[in-house]
Amino acid sequence: MLSRAAANLFWLGRFIERAEATARMISMGQRMSILPGTQGQSEWTSIMMATGTQLPEGRPVTEADIVSGLILDPQNPSAIQSCLARARENGRAVRTALTQEMWESLNEDWRYLEVMDTQTARQQLGSIMDWVRKRTAVFRGAVETAMLRNEGYNFLRLGGSIERADMTLRLLNVKYYLLLPETEVVGGGRDHHQWMSMLHAVSGLRAYHQYYDGDYASWNIADFLLLNQTFPRSVAFSYHQLDMALSGLEKSHGGSHDCQRTARDELARLNRLDINAIFDDGLHEFIDDQIIKTARISREVSNAYYF
Amino acid sequence: MENADGVRSPYRSVADWIEETGTELLTRRREEAEAIFRKIGITFAVYGEGGDPERLIPFDLIPRVFSASEWSVLENGIRQRARALNAFLYDIYHRGEIIKAGIVPAPLVYQNAAYLPQMVGFSPPGRVYSQIVGIDIVRTGPDKFQVLEDNCRTPSGVSYMLENREIMTRMFPDIFTGGPVRSVDHYPDELLRTLMEVAPAACTGEPTVVLLTPGSLNSAYYEHSFLADLMGIELVEPKDLFVDDARVWMRTTHGPKQVDVIYRRIDDDYLDPLTFRPDSLLGIPGLFDAYRAGYVNICSAPGAGVADDKAIYIYVPEMIRFYLREEPILENIQTFQCGRKDECKYVLENIDDLVVKEVHGSGGYGMLIGPKSTKAEIEAYRQRILADPGNFIAQPTLNLSTAPTLHEREISGRHVDFRPFCLVGKTIRLVPGGLTRVALQPGSLVVNSSQGGGVKDTWVLRE
Repeated sequence: MLSRAAANLFWLGRFIERAEATARMISMGQRMSILPGTQGQSEWTSIMMATGTQLPEGRPVTEADIVSGLILDPQNPSAIQSCLARARENGRAVRTALTQEMWESLNEDWRYLEVMDTQTARQQLGSIMDWVRKRTAVFRGAVETAMLRNEGYNFLRLGGSIERADMTLRLLNVKYYLLLPETEVVGGGRDHHQWMSMLHAVSGLRAYHQYYDGDYASWNIADFLLLNQTFPRSVAFSYHQLDMALSGLEKSHGGSHDCQRTARDELARLNRLDINAIFDDGLHEFIDDQIIKTARISREVSNAYYF
Repeated sequence: MENADGVRSPYRSVADWIEETGTELLTRRREEAEAIFRKIGITFAVYGEGGDPERLIPFDLIPRVFSASEWSVLENGIRQRARALNAFLYDIYHRGEIIKAGIVPAPLVYQNAAYLPQMVGFSPPGRVYSQIVGIDIVRTGPDKFQVLEDNCRTPSGVSYMLENREIMTRMFPDIFTGGPVRSVDHYPDELLRTLMEVAPAACTGEPTVVLLTPGSLNSAYYEHSFLADLMGIELVEPKDLFVDDARVWMRTTHGPKQVDVIYRRIDDDYLDPLTFRPDSLLGIPGLFDAYRAGYVNICSAPGAGVADDKAIYIYVPEMIRFYLREEPILENIQTFQCGRKDECKYVLENIDDLVVKEVHGSGGYGMLIGPKSTKAEIEAYRQRILADPGNFIAQPTLNLSTAPTLHEREISGRHVDFRPFCLVGKTIRLVPGGLTRVALQPGSLVVNSSQGGGVKDTWVLRE
């Protein structure tokens, strides 16, 4: 296929995933900040930092900043409005590679957020986040049921799984940036609530139960989000998906590149790793390192397929 | 729509159908149709008008109908005209017989902005210059059809022909099952076959055909992607192509792949910066050399625009007599050239009753409709004509036929025109149908979508 089309599908996959993950992250911030005694600002600050969004200078981050910066900002590549608009733009540029239903799901109501003001968005924050999740789910459903399992599908899936690995890593980083007030202890009520909010955000509460039977220790939750091989939003699972998409491309192209080798090595490493070892070396360092490795695979993909 | 005894006969079945359906249901169906158009994203951006860049063209549910005998006249006339226009293009880039014979004045051809000296002496595959000819036709009386203008470059609108039919079939499936309406949905296959037929001789295997679009910001992008999809070919932008060793390649995930035929939907100016616009960053450097070397075909051929110029239009009936030795089946509209002194005088004296157009304009921009204009508008336009008479032509406002149209729950007559798409390869193909445009404002004569016109489905009936 055209290299440009491959790039469009890859980024379409990424932006859809990013829109959803950002929505989940905002829901998480909302849940974290409703705990009594929370100042609120630090939750929002850490979300801004985790997404790499510019912080306002000389004042604390407010919910209004999140709404204007991470939902409605058309320039910020992490903001939901801009993710959905870019997803649609990428889709529009490769309309012939999309099924009718995929296109319809990108096109329907695409101006919903564009015309919304901060005030309205704040009032409807919860329902907007639901709307984003539904929209992205409809898109994925259309992919799942009707798209040919061909080269284009693999580029789309590749973009989606790279972005998902990246966003789950960033989600975990939110907790790192979130300093506990001095009156709180690690493992205390607030700490516990924050880790739980994280499971909520990835819709993983029940799934988590199946593995850890109600033991909400931070290392278990980190283990679940990083290394679990069956939970679809875990980093290891995303790498497994990414590896499958790359193997599909290797097969259809009759040859492999750096990206295939890096992905395979990383997947094997994640499957071997033990969460205690990660905590010993520092969770945050591990996460930052893995974000860099994920970005490297993304770069190697564009080199290999000429985009 | 009507003649002495009421409803014109081809419309009888439609009239029955409208009666059965009722305007209530028709109005509801129209709203449904618009929702579908919006959802699938058939939109049309209008340059320089601002507003919604992806607005819809209004769709009218009541079809335009041609009887089998009317179509047979139209079809022969359209095919004849497409042949003559291609013969003319071959001639002006070779020996120029029609100029030597004193039929077409040399300056109109050689000083024409669309004339490309780089094309002189070069013969494109099959000697075809315009593979897709769109001819705008109006009906001016019973069994009388006249040509408004020809489009030899990249006529657009065929996606509406296909989508309008699709919508009608969805809305009113009963009429089409085993009904009297001839099908149009084989157009993409015919187009692809035509493009494959004009592959360059150097191409020995199955030709690789691509559709070249300026990109997703172009107003006709929807049509480009729609056609590429239906033909199963790649939709490429200039940056997807490059030239190496006089061959054209597209960048794919497997590396470069050679391209044999380019159905281009971009203007001559933006094809190849090395040949046409040194100041342009757009286009594919070296494309024209690859074309002249015979390794790729460009459809339509660069320089084909001379044939659809409004000043050349006047001579098309003569072309038909000169090249084909036939009498023209479709008439032209009487046209006055302001470049001629006596005709210019006539135009200025009778401007209140005329439509005046710029010679190189298109899309309904920059025209004056005498009967619908204010005194001040007419005066301003008169000054423009006086400043550069050669740039204007004028035509009488026609007694254009109307077709029944749904307007605010009432059915009334609106002016329409018709653009069929004639395909020229080794043979000539014509799908029974085309794009019917309708002026939605009561009494309006302008059907261009850029000027608030709408579209309808076109039915060509079986015997």
